[in-house]
Parts: sequence; structure tokens; C-alpha cells
Amino acid sequence: MQRMVQTEDLIFEYAKRDEEGNVIGSYRAIDQVNLKIEEGQFIAVLGHNGSGKSTLAKHLNAILVPTEGTVWVDGRNTSDGKELWNVRQTAGMVFQNPDNQIIGTVVEEDVGFGPENLGVPTDDIWKRVEESLRAVGMLSYRHHSPNKLSGGQKQRVAIAGVIAMRPKCIVLDEPTAMLDPNGRKEVLRTVEELRKQEKVTVILITHYMEEVIDADRVFVMDHGHVVMEGTPREIFSQVDRLKEYRLDVPQVTILADELRKRGLDIPAGILRKEELVEAICQLK
Amino acid sequence: MIRDITIGQYYPAKSVLHRLDPRVKLVATVLYLISLFMFKNITGYFAATVFLLTLIRISKVPLKYILRGMKPIIMLLMITLLFNLFLIKEGEVLVSVWILSITEGGLRNAVLMGVRLIYLITGSSLMTFTTTPNELTDGIESLLKPLGRIHVPVHEIAMMMSIALRFIPILLEETDKIMKAQIARGADLESGNILQKAKSMIPILVPLFVSAFRRANDLAMAMEARCYRGGEGRTKMKPLRYTGADRAAYVIVLLYVTGVILIGRYVPFRIWIF
Repeated sequence: MQRMVQTEDLIFEYAKRDEEGNVIGSYRAIDQVNLKIEEGQFIAVLGHNGSGKSTLAKHLNAILVPTEGTVWVDGRNTSDGKELWNVRQTAGMVFQNPDNQIIGTVVEEDVGFGPENLGVPTDDIWKRVEESLRAVGMLSYRHHSPNKLSGGQKQRVAIAGVIAMRPKCIVLDEPTAMLDPNGRKEVLRTVEELRKQEKVTVILITHYMEEVIDADRVFVMDHGHVVMEGTPREIFSQVDRLKEYRLDVPQVTILADELRKRGLDIPAGILRKEELVEAICQLK
Repeated sequence: MIRDITIGQYYPAKSVLHRLDPRVKLVATVLYLISLFMFKNITGYFAATVFLLTLIRISKVPLKYILRGMKPIIMLLMITLLFNLFLIKEGEVLVSVWILSITEGGLRNAVLMGVRLIYLITGSSLMTFTTTPNELTDGIESLLKPLGRIHVPVHEIAMMMSIALRFIPILLEETDKIMKAQIARGADLESGNILQKAKSMIPILVPLFVSAFRRANDLAMAMEARCYRGGEGRTKMKPLRYTGADRAAYVIVLLYVTGVILIGRYVPFRIWIF
């Protein structure tokens, strides 16, 4: 199978500067990261603030290029200037702040912005805009001003703007960090549906552990390293380690873990409330 | 209160004027403005009045709405009127009080200049009432395209205009938020003279600028992530295309302009001093 994203010994360093702008050292935001992401997978990258997860996300569509090592996106090297725009079309990106990524003054014009940049013919743009807005369930808002939408709706418009470019992979960089619980649910449901219908690879960067339950693979980052890797169940069964990396483990998982430590026969890595109820009911 | 400020005063309605190509409206407005200064006789004013009232009627924008837009220029209008009224000394003296006197020529100039200014504002605001800011930017971009040959960054200017329009409400909201935050911390924004008031704006402007730059940075990144690379090779989702109505509108405007100039110059007709 073709690898959607692959990184080889990826290192990224920021130059540290003093007040006059002289370089006084460097800070390694990403250190020796090796990722292999298959096409069509749902990948989650977890990490607390400053763990390097956003920096990693920006490497996947060549906003940043590696200081050392290589990033391959759909077989293209992101450091290769000639491939820049192809890389960016292949890996679409949704950012954290919904206000700062909407360019158009009308919803449909914003969704059309990406295809316009790609030089797609006019009729085709309209088709794509309609499809994308329908896919995120925002078609009835097409003539609205983005300023009048809720945070969750704005994020869905931003997602529509990315899928209108027909990417093979969508990178979502903390798309729910600035939303209220309803908005978060809205956005996650949209991502979930997209994944099922459009068969795109989804890479979700987040620090909310609840959001990664359905992922195929989870990477946990800390201080620029990938420190854990596995299925959500494998990851969630190591509650103590997760706490060490300052991640908010879901309450159900903590409860299940504590119960098991007290000697109850409950399997490790409980992800959902229903699972815990089920496990407790099985006890004698 | 800060959110009441509206920029790009579009009045949504379904009319022929709303549907016209923005380029037609821009060109027509410019021609109309020039034509207002090309005649002297009162007959020209009659023609202009009929034309303007017909347009307002067609546009379905309520007359009241348009007149309300006149408010900010009342001061300017008054000053112009007074200067014309008292400083132009031409012909017979009509009224004379103390050192001030009003002459025939003064009255004539004051009234006609006033009408001219009102028509000027009404005509151009009729265009902004019937054209969305986006259409306006598109129209300007397309009309200025020839300047691209002499390396004027037309596309970039248009893009900046439309981004500015998108961010005005966001920044206004932010200003409101910062003001409230500073007031909550005891900042005094109301009292004092102008100088003190200006000084008290600093704690509002500094965070506003910082946040605006941060937004600009984010937006630039988001635009690049969506493959924005300037105007070259870019297609349009809503390209401007002339229709029959647009061509007809060009013809009508040209007819009007030549008509009003001819009438205003060569049809002598006088009522009293006008």
C-alpha cells in the first residue's frame, strides 16, 4: 500500500534570537520523528502545549520544511520547491482559529477560494463548492456571511474549503481548541462522516483525548519526540504514563484504571462509558 | 455602539440596478459625477433630477434610507452654502444686513452648488447601496486591470480590499472586547480633555494592533496552505460577464450624459434669477 505520509528522522529547529534579533542558539521543536501513515487511516497526534505537535502538522503541507531529515507526502518530498503546490493540494490543512482562516466574505466564496487558486474552471468550482458544503452539512448557509456563524459552523466551512481542493489527506491542527462542547461535537462528527464517505486520510492533532477514541492509530508527542504509538486501546491502557505527559485522560478511563488497581477484574484501556458499564456488569 | 458602524452600506433588494455588472455601475457613476459639472442652465438640473429620481425608484432603495446617508455631510454642505451665499458678489443686491449682503449671483451659486453636492452624494451612494463590497472590489480589479501592464499590483490591491472588508467586523468586535476589558480594570476612557482621551486610547490600540498582526500572520498561513500564490493562474468563481442589460445600461447612461450636457448648455430657460 502507498504511504500517505512518511517522515524520516525529521528534525526541526527554531532559531532563538535576543532582542536585537541576533541568533543566540536554537530550540529543537521536533527531534528525530519517524512516522508512517497509510492511506485512508484516521490518525491522531496527542500532546500537551509545546510538545511539537503543531510544528509537526505544519510540516505535512510544507508550511515548514525540515531542518534535517525528510517528509514525504504521497511520495513527494516537501523540501522540493517544485512540489510545493502539489504537496499543499494533497494535504489540506484546517487551523485552530476559525476566524483567521476564512478569507471570503460569503460562505460559498470562501469555499471557492482554494479551487480558484488551483486554476479550476468556473463551472467546476461551483460544482465543488456545492459538493463540499453539502458534505459538511452547510449548504443552506452558502449565502451567509461567515461573521454570523457559530465557531463550529465556521470550522465546518473551513473544512469544506479544504475538501473543495480534493486533497487525499486532511490535517486538522487542533480544530476544536477554541470551540464550546457543542461546536466540538459538531466538528468531530463532520470529520467522522468525511472519513467514511470521502475515504480521505485524516490526521487530527489535538490535546483532547476523548477525540481520539475512534482513531486507527494514535501518536503521543512530548518535547518533540514521539513517545507512544499504538491503537487507542493500547495507549489508553497506560494511564500513568499518559498523566506523566500531562494529558487529560478521560474520566471513564481513570475510573476503570483505579478500579482495576483495587483488584477488580476490569480489562485495561476502557475508552467509553458503555464499555465500563458492560465490564462492571460482568463482575460477580 | 461600536458595532453600529457599517461600512459598505449595501441595501439588499432585488432590482435591475442590483443585478447590473459592478463595472457598469462604477463607470456610470463616474460619468454621472462628471456630467454634473458640465452644464450651467437650470434645464440641466431638471434633467438630472428626473434621471436620479427614476434610478432611485428602480433601485427599490427607500428614499428615506438614502437621505439618512446625507447626515454626515450636512456640515460641509452648510459651510459651502454660506460661503457661496455671502462671498460671491454678482449682480443686484437682494438683501443687505449690516456688513453682510446677499446678491443675485450669490444666491444662485449657493442653491445650485448645494443641489449639485446633494446629487453627487446621492448618486454615488446609490451605487454603494446596490453593489455588495465584493462586487465592488471585483469591479475595481477588472477595471484597473490595464494598469497591471505598468506593474501596478492590481490583483493584490483588490485582495487586500476584500480581506479588509472581511476583517472590519471582527476587529470592531475585538475593539469592543478590549475596551470592556480595560474598563473592567479601571481604565477611564470618557473623562478629560482631548489630549487625555487620546492618551487613554493607548491601552486599547496596543493590544488591538498586536492581535491584528497575529491574525494577519495566521491568515497568511491559511491562505498559503490553500495554495494562494498571487493572481497568476488563478480562476474566478464568479467571473464578471456583461449581459444584455449591462450593455443597455451603458447606452442609457451615455445617452443621459450627452443629453443632460446638451440640454443644460443650449436650452436657455430661466425662472427668476436661475
